[in-house]
Amino acid sequence: MSKTRKRKSNKTWERVDGRKQDELRPIHIESGVLPNADGSAYIEMGRNKIIAGVYGPREMHPKRLSKPNEGVLRVRYHMAPFSVDPRRSPAPSRRDTEISMVMRDALEPAMFLERYPRSAIDVYVEIIQADGGTRCASINAAAVALADAGIPMKDLVAACAAGKYEGKIIVDLGDYEDKKGESDVPVAYMPKFDQVTLLQMEGIMTREETEECIKQAVEGCKKVYEIQKEALKKKYGMIQGEAAPEPEEEAKTEPEEAPAEETQEPEEHLDVDEAEEEKKQ
Amino acid sequence: MSAKLEERSIVVPGDLVYEGKVRAGDNTYRDGGNVYATKVGLVNYSKDRVSVIALEGGYTPLVGDLVVGTVTDIELGQWLVNIDGPGDAILTVNEAIDKPFRTSLDMTQILEVGDLIVAKVVDLDRNRTPVLSILGRDLGRIHEGFVIRITPSKIPRLIGKKGSMINMILKETRCNVTIGQNGRVLINGRSREDEEIVESVIHKIEAEAHTSGLTNRIQEYLKSIKEEKK
Repeated sequence: MSKTRKRKSNKTWERVDGRKQDELRPIHIESGVLPNADGSAYIEMGRNKIIAGVYGPREMHPKRLSKPNEGVLRVRYHMAPFSVDPRRSPAPSRRDTEISMVMRDALEPAMFLERYPRSAIDVYVEIIQADGGTRCASINAAAVALADAGIPMKDLVAACAAGKYEGKIIVDLGDYEDKKGESDVPVAYMPKFDQVTLLQMEGIMTREETEECIKQAVEGCKKVYEIQKEALKKKYGMIQGEAAPEPEEEAKTEPEEAPAEETQEPEEHLDVDEAEEEKKQ
Repeated sequence: MSAKLEERSIVVPGDLVYEGKVRAGDNTYRDGGNVYATKVGLVNYSKDRVSVIALEGGYTPLVGDLVVGTVTDIELGQWLVNIDGPGDAILTVNEAIDKPFRTSLDMTQILEVGDLIVAKVVDLDRNRTPVLSILGRDLGRIHEGFVIRITPSKIPRLIGKKGSMINMILKETRCNVTIGQNGRVLINGRSREDEEIVESVIHKIEAEAHTSGLTNRIQEYLKSIKEEKK
Protein backbone atom coordinates (compact mmCIF):
# COMPACT_ATOMS: atom_id res chain seq x y z
CA MET A 1 0.00 0.00 0.00
CA SER A 2 1.80 3.15 1.05
CA LYS A 3 5.40 3.10 -0.04
CA THR A 4 6.67 5.24 2.79
CA ARG A 5 5.55 2.73 5.35
CA LYS A 6 7.25 -0.15 3.60
CA ARG A 7 10.52 1.75 3.38
CA LYS A 8 10.42 2.49 7.07
CA SER A 9 10.31 -1.16 8.01
CA ASN A 10 11.24 -3.51 5.25
CA LYS A 11 12.07 -6.33 7.65
CA THR A 12 8.98 -6.81 9.78
CA TRP A 13 5.35 -6.07 9.11
CA GLU A 14 4.06 -3.15 11.11
CA ARG A 15 0.75 -1.46 11.65
CA VAL A 16 0.24 2.10 10.44
CA ASP A 17 0.74 3.56 13.90
CA GLY A 18 3.45 1.10 14.88
CA ARG A 19 1.33 -0.91 17.29
CA LYS A 20 1.65 -4.62 17.85
CA GLN A 21 -1.07 -6.78 16.35
CA ASP A 22 -2.84 -7.28 19.65
CA GLU A 23 -2.09 -3.88 21.12
CA LEU A 24 -4.89 -1.44 21.93
CA ARG A 25 -4.68 2.28 21.43
CA PRO A 26 -4.04 4.25 24.62
CA ILE A 27 -7.32 4.56 26.54
CA HIS A 28 -8.21 7.22 29.04
CA ILE A 29 -11.56 7.20 30.81
CA GLU A 30 -12.91 9.73 33.27
CA SER A 31 -16.22 9.42 35.09
CA GLY A 32 -18.51 12.15 36.38
CA VAL A 33 -17.56 14.87 33.92
CA LEU A 34 -21.01 16.42 33.42
CA PRO A 35 -22.31 18.10 36.57
CA ASN A 36 -25.93 18.23 35.41
CA ALA A 37 -26.22 14.62 34.30
CA ASP A 38 -27.02 11.79 36.71
CA GLY A 39 -23.95 10.01 35.45
CA SER A 40 -21.37 10.69 32.78
CA ALA A 41 -18.08 9.60 31.33
CA TYR A 42 -15.46 10.88 28.93
CA ILE A 43 -13.33 8.49 26.93
CA GLU A 44 -10.28 8.96 24.77
CA MET A 45 -9.52 5.82 22.82
CA GLY A 46 -6.67 6.71 20.54
CA ARG A 47 -7.88 9.88 18.85
CA ASN A 48 -11.53 9.16 19.56
CA LYS A 49 -13.01 11.67 21.97
CA ILE A 50 -16.44 10.84 23.28
CA ILE A 51 -18.71 12.08 26.04
CA ALA A 52 -21.57 9.98 27.38
CA GLY A 53 -24.30 11.32 29.67
CA VAL A 54 -26.92 9.29 31.51
CA TYR A 55 -30.25 10.60 32.78
CA GLY A 56 -32.73 8.62 34.77
CA PRO A 57 -34.46 6.47 35.66
CA ARG A 58 -37.02 9.16 35.01
CA GLU A 59 -40.53 9.53 33.76
CA MET A 60 -40.87 8.66 30.13
CA HIS A 61 -42.02 11.13 27.53
CA PRO A 62 -43.93 10.41 25.40
CA LYS A 63 -45.74 8.28 27.92
CA ARG A 64 -47.19 5.81 25.45
CA LEU A 65 -43.71 4.43 24.72
CA SER A 66 -43.20 3.34 28.32
CA LYS A 67 -43.71 -0.28 29.27
CA PRO A 68 -45.87 -1.27 32.24
CA ASN A 69 -43.61 -4.10 33.37
CA GLU A 70 -40.11 -2.78 32.77
CA GLY A 71 -38.03 0.28 32.13
CA VAL A 72 -36.87 1.39 28.73
CA LEU A 73 -33.28 2.12 27.82
CA ARG A 74 -32.88 4.78 25.18
CA VAL A 75 -29.54 5.45 23.57
CA ARG A 76 -28.70 8.30 21.27
CA TYR A 77 -25.47 8.09 19.36
CA HIS A 78 -24.58 11.34 17.70
CA MET A 79 -21.53 12.60 15.87
CA ALA A 80 -20.72 16.26 16.18
CA PRO A 81 -20.49 18.03 12.82
CA PHE A 82 -16.81 18.75 13.43
CA SER A 83 -15.94 15.22 14.56
CA VAL A 84 -14.93 14.12 11.09
CA ASP A 85 -13.45 15.67 7.99
CA PRO A 86 -15.27 16.78 5.90
CA ARG A 87 -17.98 18.32 8.08
CA ARG A 88 -20.90 16.09 8.71
CA SER A 89 -24.55 17.05 8.85
CA PRO A 90 -25.76 17.19 12.44
CA ALA A 91 -29.03 15.49 11.51
CA PRO A 92 -29.18 11.85 12.62
CA SER A 93 -28.24 9.61 9.72
CA ARG A 94 -29.22 6.03 9.01
CA ARG A 95 -25.88 4.99 10.47
CA ASP A 96 -26.48 6.94 13.71
CA THR A 97 -29.86 5.32 14.18
CA GLU A 98 -28.40 1.88 13.68
CA ILE A 99 -25.50 2.42 16.05
CA SER A 100 -27.90 3.78 18.66
CA MET A 101 -29.87 0.56 18.33
CA VAL A 102 -26.91 -1.80 18.54
CA MET A 103 -25.54 0.10 21.52
CA ARG A 104 -28.85 -0.24 23.30
CA ASP A 105 -28.90 -3.95 22.60
CA ALA A 106 -25.31 -4.24 23.79
CA LEU A 107 -25.99 -2.51 27.11
CA GLU A 108 -29.42 -3.91 27.93
CA PRO A 109 -28.33 -7.41 29.02
CA ALA A 110 -26.23 -5.87 31.79
CA MET A 111 -29.10 -3.96 33.31
CA PHE A 112 -31.99 -4.67 35.66
CA LEU A 113 -34.63 -2.87 33.62
CA GLU A 114 -37.44 -4.80 35.30
CA ARG A 115 -36.81 -2.74 38.42
CA TYR A 116 -37.96 0.47 36.75
CA PRO A 117 -41.42 -0.07 35.29
CA ARG A 118 -42.89 2.85 33.34
CA SER A 119 -39.68 4.81 33.40
CA ALA A 120 -36.87 5.54 31.00
CA ILE A 121 -33.11 5.61 31.22
CA ASP A 122 -31.58 7.89 28.65
CA VAL A 123 -28.03 7.61 27.42
CA TYR A 124 -26.70 10.39 25.22
CA VAL A 125 -23.42 9.73 23.47
CA GLU A 126 -21.73 12.57 21.65
CA ILE A 127 -18.75 11.94 19.39
CA ILE A 128 -16.50 14.97 19.59
CA GLN A 129 -13.69 13.51 17.52
CA ALA A 130 -13.85 10.29 15.55
CA ASP A 131 -11.00 8.00 14.65
CA GLY A 132 -12.44 4.60 13.87
CA GLY A 133 -14.13 2.26 16.29
CA THR A 134 -16.45 4.89 17.72
CA ARG A 135 -19.21 2.42 18.45
CA CYS A 136 -16.91 0.39 20.68
CA ALA A 137 -15.54 3.45 22.42
CA SER A 138 -19.10 4.74 22.87
CA ILE A 139 -20.21 1.52 24.53
CA ASN A 140 -17.23 1.72 26.87
CA ALA A 141 -18.10 5.29 27.81
CA ALA A 142 -21.79 4.53 28.15
CA ALA A 143 -21.15 1.60 30.49
CA VAL A 144 -19.00 3.73 32.77
CA ALA A 145 -21.57 6.54 32.67
CA LEU A 146 -24.36 4.13 33.64
CA ALA A 147 -22.35 2.87 36.60
CA ASP A 148 -21.53 6.46 37.52
CA ALA A 149 -25.25 7.25 37.53
CA GLY A 150 -25.74 4.54 40.15
CA ILE A 151 -27.94 2.44 37.91
CA PRO A 152 -27.69 -1.18 39.05
CA MET A 153 -25.86 -3.39 36.58
CA LYS A 154 -24.91 -7.03 36.48
CA ASP A 155 -21.57 -6.21 34.96
CA LEU A 156 -19.83 -3.51 32.99
CA VAL A 157 -19.92 -3.89 29.24
CA ALA A 158 -16.59 -3.53 27.49
CA ALA A 159 -16.20 -3.29 23.74
CA CYS A 160 -13.33 -3.67 21.34
CA ALA A 161 -12.98 -4.40 17.64
CA ALA A 162 -10.73 -6.79 15.80
CA GLY A 163 -10.24 -7.09 12.07
CA LYS A 164 -8.11 -8.04 9.17
CA TYR A 165 -5.68 -5.63 7.60
CA GLU A 166 -3.15 -6.63 4.94
CA GLY A 167 -3.92 -10.26 5.67
CA LYS A 168 -3.17 -9.99 9.38
CA ILE A 169 -5.59 -10.18 12.30
CA ILE A 170 -5.31 -7.00 14.35
CA VAL A 171 -7.10 -5.57 17.39
CA ASP A 172 -8.69 -2.16 17.93
CA LEU A 173 -8.64 -0.83 14.38
CA GLY A 174 -7.93 2.84 13.82
CA ASP A 175 -9.65 4.91 11.17
CA TYR A 176 -7.13 4.09 8.43
CA GLU A 177 -7.10 0.37 9.15
CA ASP A 178 -10.88 0.40 9.35
CA LYS A 179 -11.23 1.95 5.93
CA LYS A 180 -8.41 0.21 4.07
CA GLY A 181 -8.60 -3.12 5.84
CA GLU A 182 -10.36 -6.17 4.58
CA SER A 183 -12.63 -6.73 7.55
CA ASP A 184 -13.83 -5.31 10.85
CA VAL A 185 -15.53 -7.15 13.74
CA PRO A 186 -16.73 -4.99 16.65
CA VAL A 187 -17.50 -7.00 19.79
CA ALA A 188 -19.07 -5.97 23.11
CA TYR A 189 -18.55 -8.34 25.97
CA MET A 190 -19.48 -8.87 29.60
CA PRO A 191 -16.40 -10.46 31.19
CA LYS A 192 -18.13 -11.82 34.26
CA PHE A 193 -20.63 -13.83 32.27
CA ASP A 194 -18.27 -14.51 29.39
CA GLN A 195 -21.09 -13.25 27.21
CA VAL A 196 -20.94 -11.36 23.94
CA THR A 197 -23.63 -8.68 23.67
CA LEU A 198 -22.65 -7.12 20.37
CA LEU A 199 -21.18 -8.84 17.35
CA GLN A 200 -21.10 -7.21 13.97
CA MET A 201 -18.98 -7.93 10.96
CA GLU A 202 -18.07 -6.09 7.84
CA GLY A 203 -15.93 -7.37 4.96
CA ILE A 204 -14.82 -10.82 3.95
CA MET A 205 -12.94 -13.39 6.03
CA THR A 206 -12.76 -17.12 6.29
CA ARG A 207 -14.48 -18.90 9.13
CA GLU A 208 -11.17 -19.50 10.94
CA GLU A 209 -10.17 -15.87 10.61
CA THR A 210 -13.54 -14.74 11.95
CA GLU A 211 -13.20 -16.99 14.96
CA GLU A 212 -9.70 -15.71 15.60
CA CYS A 213 -10.99 -12.13 15.32
CA ILE A 214 -13.70 -12.72 17.90
CA LYS A 215 -11.18 -14.32 20.23
CA GLN A 216 -8.77 -11.42 19.87
CA ALA A 217 -11.55 -8.85 20.30
CA VAL A 218 -12.70 -10.53 23.51
CA GLU A 219 -9.12 -10.36 24.81
CA GLY A 220 -9.14 -6.66 23.94
CA CYS A 221 -12.44 -6.23 25.81
CA LYS A 222 -10.89 -7.72 28.93
CA LYS A 223 -8.12 -5.13 28.83
CA VAL A 224 -10.67 -2.35 28.37
CA TYR A 225 -12.70 -3.73 31.28
CA GLU A 226 -9.79 -3.23 33.67
CA ILE A 227 -9.42 0.37 32.55
CA GLN A 228 -13.16 0.98 33.02
CA LYS A 229 -13.03 -0.36 36.56
CA GLU A 230 -10.04 1.79 37.35
CA ALA A 231 -11.78 4.89 36.01
CA LEU A 232 -14.78 4.32 38.27
CA LYS A 233 -12.63 3.81 41.33
CA LYS A 234 -10.34 6.73 40.56
CA LYS A 235 -13.04 9.24 41.35
CA TYR A 236 -13.02 8.13 44.98
CA GLY A 237 -9.44 7.02 45.34
CA MET A 238 -8.02 10.47 45.84
CA ILE A 239 -10.06 11.54 48.85
CA GLN A 240 -9.88 8.14 50.45
CA GLY A 241 -6.09 8.43 50.38
CA GLU A 242 -6.09 11.38 52.73
CA ALA A 243 -8.60 9.90 55.13
CA ALA A 244 -7.60 8.35 58.40
CA PRO A 245 -6.43 4.80 57.75
CA GLU A 246 -8.20 3.08 60.62
CA PRO A 247 -11.90 2.69 60.06
CA GLU A 248 -13.96 4.38 62.73
CA GLU A 249 -17.28 3.48 64.17
CA GLU A 250 -18.98 5.86 61.78
CA ALA A 251 -22.12 4.57 60.19
CA LYS A 252 -22.25 4.83 56.47
CA THR A 253 -25.33 2.75 56.59
CA GLU A 254 -28.75 3.73 57.64
CA PRO A 255 -28.94 5.38 61.01
CA GLU A 256 -31.07 3.49 63.43
CA GLU A 257 -32.72 6.63 64.60
CA ALA A 258 -32.71 9.98 63.00
CA PRO A 259 -33.61 13.11 64.89
CA ALA A 260 -37.30 13.56 65.21
CA GLU A 261 -37.74 16.40 62.80
CA GLU A 262 -35.45 14.94 60.22
CA THR A 263 -36.34 11.53 59.07
CA GLN A 264 -35.70 7.92 59.57
CA GLU A 265 -34.17 5.91 56.89
CA PRO A 266 -35.95 2.97 58.25
CA GLU A 267 -35.60 -0.73 58.41
CA GLU A 268 -38.32 -0.96 55.80
CA HIS A 269 -35.71 -0.26 53.17
CA LEU A 270 -33.94 -3.45 53.89
CA ASP A 271 -37.07 -5.45 54.24
CA VAL A 272 -38.47 -4.35 50.92
CA ASP A 273 -35.20 -5.11 49.17
CA GLU A 274 -34.96 -8.47 50.79
CA ALA A 275 -38.47 -9.38 49.88
CA GLU A 276 -37.70 -8.55 46.31
CA GLU A 277 -34.49 -10.48 46.39
CA GLU A 278 -36.22 -13.52 47.72
CA LYS A 279 -38.95 -13.42 45.17
CA LYS A 280 -36.36 -13.46 42.44
CA GLN A 281 -34.52 -16.42 43.80
CA MET B 1 -17.55 -19.52 51.59
CA SER B 2 -15.45 -16.50 51.98
CA ALA B 3 -15.35 -12.77 51.83
CA LYS B 4 -13.40 -11.76 48.78
CA LEU B 5 -12.52 -8.20 49.66
CA GLU B 6 -11.56 -6.07 52.60
CA GLU B 7 -14.34 -4.30 54.45
CA ARG B 8 -15.12 -0.90 52.93
CA SER B 9 -13.17 -1.41 49.75
CA ILE B 10 -14.55 0.20 46.62
CA VAL B 11 -16.36 -2.06 44.19
CA VAL B 12 -17.87 -1.49 40.77
CA PRO B 13 -20.75 -3.35 39.09
CA GLY B 14 -19.86 -6.98 38.45
CA ASP B 15 -17.23 -7.25 41.16
CA LEU B 16 -17.27 -10.50 43.11
CA VAL B 17 -17.85 -9.63 46.75
CA TYR B 18 -18.56 -13.00 48.31
CA GLU B 19 -18.00 -16.58 47.34
CA GLY B 20 -20.53 -19.02 48.67
CA LYS B 21 -23.96 -18.85 50.22
CA VAL B 22 -24.89 -15.71 52.08
CA ARG B 23 -27.78 -13.28 52.07
CA ALA B 24 -27.38 -10.75 49.32
CA GLY B 25 -28.10 -7.34 50.82
CA ASP B 26 -28.53 -3.95 49.18
CA ASN B 27 -27.01 -3.35 45.77
CA THR B 28 -25.84 -6.90 45.29
CA TYR B 29 -27.17 -9.92 43.46
CA ARG B 30 -26.57 -13.62 43.53
CA ASP B 31 -25.49 -15.63 40.55
CA GLY B 32 -24.26 -19.19 40.58
CA GLY B 33 -23.86 -19.25 44.35
CA ASN B 34 -21.70 -16.13 44.45
CA VAL B 35 -22.57 -12.56 45.30
CA TYR B 36 -21.70 -9.66 43.03
CA ALA B 37 -22.03 -5.89 43.31
CA THR B 38 -24.48 -3.97 41.13
CA LYS B 39 -23.35 -0.44 41.91
CA VAL B 40 -20.28 1.61 42.59
CA GLY B 41 -19.92 1.55 46.36
CA LEU B 42 -18.25 0.26 49.48
CA VAL B 43 -18.51 -3.37 50.58
CA ASN B 44 -20.09 -4.01 53.92
CA TYR B 45 -19.86 -7.46 55.47
CA SER B 46 -22.18 -7.98 58.40
CA LYS B 47 -23.01 -11.13 60.31
CA ASP B 48 -25.31 -12.84 57.86
CA ARG B 49 -25.39 -10.51 54.92
CA VAL B 50 -23.21 -8.89 52.30
CA SER B 51 -24.19 -5.50 51.00
CA VAL B 52 -22.75 -2.61 49.05
CA ILE B 53 -23.20 0.93 50.27
CA ALA B 54 -23.90 2.85 47.10
CA LEU B 55 -21.85 5.94 46.35
CA GLU B 56 -23.99 6.95 43.41
CA GLY B 57 -27.63 6.45 42.77
CA GLY B 58 -30.98 7.97 42.17
CA TYR B 59 -33.86 8.04 44.59
CA THR B 60 -36.22 5.11 44.93
CA PRO B 61 -39.28 6.13 46.93
CA LEU B 62 -40.14 3.93 49.89
CA VAL B 63 -42.98 4.11 52.37
CA GLY B 64 -42.08 6.25 55.37
CA ASP B 65 -39.60 8.50 53.58
CA LEU B 66 -39.62 12.19 54.22
CA VAL B 67 -39.20 14.05 50.94
CA VAL B 68 -38.94 17.59 49.67
CA GLY B 69 -40.73 18.10 46.36
CA THR B 70 -42.15 20.61 43.91
CA VAL B 71 -45.81 20.77 42.93
CA THR B 72 -45.87 20.43 39.15
CA ASP B 73 -49.55 20.07 38.28
CA ILE B 74 -53.04 20.18 39.69
CA GLU B 75 -55.57 17.56 38.69
CA LEU B 76 -59.08 16.91 39.98
CA GLY B 77 -58.63 16.03 43.63
CA GLN B 78 -54.87 15.64 43.52
CA TRP B 79 -51.58 17.38 42.97
CA LEU B 80 -48.64 15.96 41.08
CA VAL B 81 -45.37 16.42 42.88
CA ASN B 82 -41.86 16.06 41.49
CA ILE B 83 -39.72 14.32 44.08
CA ASP B 84 -36.75 13.47 41.81
CA GLY B 85 -37.86 9.85 41.67
CA PRO B 86 -38.52 7.67 38.64
CA GLY B 87 -41.91 9.34 38.25
CA ASP B 88 -44.14 12.00 39.75
CA ALA B 89 -45.71 11.47 43.15
CA ILE B 90 -49.37 12.00 43.95
CA LEU B 91 -50.75 14.10 46.76
CA THR B 92 -54.49 13.73 47.17
CA VAL B 93 -56.73 16.28 48.80
CA ASN B 94 -57.58 13.95 51.71
CA GLU B 95 -53.90 13.80 52.52
CA ALA B 96 -53.56 17.57 52.31
CA ILE B 97 -56.45 18.88 54.39
CA ASP B 98 -58.40 17.54 57.30
CA LYS B 99 -61.75 17.98 55.60
CA PRO B 100 -63.59 15.88 53.02
CA PHE B 101 -63.11 16.89 49.41
CA ARG B 102 -65.77 19.02 47.78
CA THR B 103 -65.73 20.10 44.16
CA SER B 104 -66.32 23.65 45.30
CA LEU B 105 -62.89 23.58 46.95
CA ASP B 106 -60.29 25.81 45.34
CA MET B 107 -57.22 23.60 45.40
CA THR B 108 -54.89 26.45 44.53
CA GLN B 109 -55.74 27.95 47.91
CA ILE B 110 -53.91 25.06 49.53
CA LEU B 111 -51.06 24.40 47.11
CA GLU B 112 -50.19 26.16 43.88
CA VAL B 113 -48.07 24.88 41.02
CA GLY B 114 -44.44 25.67 41.83
CA ASP B 115 -44.83 25.40 45.59
CA LEU B 116 -42.21 23.46 47.47
CA ILE B 117 -43.50 21.02 50.05
CA VAL B 118 -42.18 18.75 52.73
CA ALA B 119 -44.15 15.52 52.60
CA LYS B 120 -44.14 11.95 53.74
CA VAL B 121 -44.47 8.92 51.47
CA VAL B 122 -47.43 7.04 52.92
CA ASP B 123 -47.98 4.45 50.24
CA LEU B 124 -46.85 3.08 46.93
CA ASP B 125 -49.80 2.29 44.70
CA ARG B 126 -50.16 -0.48 42.15
CA ASN B 127 -47.91 1.23 39.63
CA ARG B 128 -45.40 1.97 42.38
CA THR B 129 -46.36 5.63 42.18
CA PRO B 130 -45.62 7.20 45.55
CA VAL B 131 -48.57 8.64 47.44
CA LEU B 132 -47.69 11.57 49.67
CA SER B 133 -49.19 13.15 52.73
CA ILE B 134 -48.68 16.59 54.21
CA LEU B 135 -50.81 15.96 57.30
CA GLY B 136 -48.51 15.99 60.26
CA ARG B 137 -46.07 18.04 62.20
CA ASP B 138 -43.47 19.92 60.15
CA LEU B 139 -45.06 18.79 56.89
CA GLY B 140 -46.64 21.00 54.27
CA ARG B 141 -45.76 24.00 52.18
CA ILE B 142 -42.35 25.54 52.64
CA HIS B 143 -42.60 29.23 53.47
CA GLU B 144 -38.97 30.18 53.93
CA GLY B 145 -35.45 28.86 53.61
CA PHE B 146 -33.89 27.38 50.54
CA VAL B 147 -33.42 23.98 49.04
CA ILE B 148 -30.23 22.35 47.78
CA ARG B 149 -29.75 19.00 46.11
CA ILE B 150 -27.24 16.27 46.81
CA THR B 151 -26.92 12.69 45.62
CA PRO B 152 -29.67 10.72 47.41
CA SER B 153 -27.29 7.85 48.16
CA LYS B 154 -25.31 10.16 50.44
CA ILE B 155 -28.24 11.15 52.61
CA PRO B 156 -27.53 8.47 55.28
CA ARG B 157 -24.05 9.89 55.62
CA LEU B 158 -25.39 13.39 56.09
CA ILE B 159 -27.58 12.13 58.92
CA GLY B 160 -24.81 10.06 60.46
CA LYS B 161 -25.05 7.34 63.02
CA LYS B 162 -28.14 8.06 65.10
CA GLY B 163 -28.18 11.52 63.61
CA SER B 164 -24.72 12.40 64.90
CA MET B 165 -23.66 14.34 61.84
CA ILE B 166 -26.78 16.40 61.36
CA ASN B 167 -27.20 17.10 65.07
CA MET B 168 -23.66 18.40 65.16
CA ILE B 169 -24.34 20.71 62.22
CA LEU B 170 -27.58 21.92 63.78
CA LYS B 171 -25.84 22.66 67.03
CA GLU B 172 -22.90 24.46 65.48
CA THR B 173 -24.85 26.60 63.03
CA ARG B 174 -28.25 26.95 64.73
CA CYS B 175 -29.97 26.49 61.39
CA ASN B 176 -33.06 24.41 60.79
CA VAL B 177 -32.27 21.63 58.36
CA THR B 178 -34.85 19.26 56.92
CA ILE B 179 -33.40 16.34 55.02
CA GLY B 180 -35.50 14.76 52.32
CA GLN B 181 -34.59 11.19 51.50
CA ASN B 182 -34.80 12.16 47.83
CA GLY B 183 -31.66 14.24 48.08
CA ARG B 184 -33.22 17.66 48.56
CA VAL B 185 -32.27 19.44 51.73
CA LEU B 186 -34.18 22.40 53.10
CA ILE B 187 -32.03 24.86 55.01
CA ASN B 188 -33.62 27.58 57.08
CA GLY B 189 -31.35 29.76 59.18
CA ARG B 190 -31.40 33.09 60.93
CA SER B 191 -29.17 34.75 58.37
CA ARG B 192 -28.03 34.10 54.87
CA GLU B 193 -24.47 33.58 56.07
CA ASP B 194 -25.46 30.79 58.43
CA GLU B 195 -27.27 29.09 55.60
CA GLU B 196 -24.27 29.38 53.33
CA ILE B 197 -22.08 27.71 55.93
CA VAL B 198 -24.50 24.79 56.11
CA GLU B 199 -24.59 24.58 52.34
CA SER B 200 -20.81 24.39 52.01
CA VAL B 201 -20.63 21.81 54.80
CA ILE B 202 -23.24 19.63 53.11
CA HIS B 203 -21.38 19.77 49.83
CA LYS B 204 -18.20 18.77 51.62
CA ILE B 205 -19.97 15.80 53.17
CA GLU B 206 -21.26 14.83 49.76
CA ALA B 207 -17.78 14.93 48.26
CA GLU B 208 -16.17 12.94 51.05
CA ALA B 209 -19.01 10.61 51.95
CA HIS B 210 -16.94 7.48 51.37
CA THR B 211 -14.14 8.36 53.80
CA SER B 212 -13.92 7.42 57.44
CA GLY B 213 -13.73 9.79 60.39
CA LEU B 214 -15.92 12.27 58.58
CA THR B 215 -17.88 13.70 61.52
CA ASN B 216 -14.71 14.81 63.26
CA ARG B 217 -13.31 16.33 60.11
CA ILE B 218 -16.52 18.18 59.43
CA GLN B 219 -16.52 19.52 62.97
CA GLU B 220 -13.04 20.93 62.46
CA TYR B 221 -14.05 22.31 59.09
CA LEU B 222 -17.03 24.06 60.67
CA LYS B 223 -14.82 25.62 63.31
CA SER B 224 -12.34 26.86 60.73
CA ILE B 225 -15.10 28.51 58.73
CA LYS B 226 -16.51 30.18 61.79
CA GLU B 227 -13.13 31.58 62.78
CA GLU B 228 -12.65 32.91 59.28
CA LYS B 229 -15.96 34.70 59.46
CA LYS B 230 -14.99 36.35 62.69
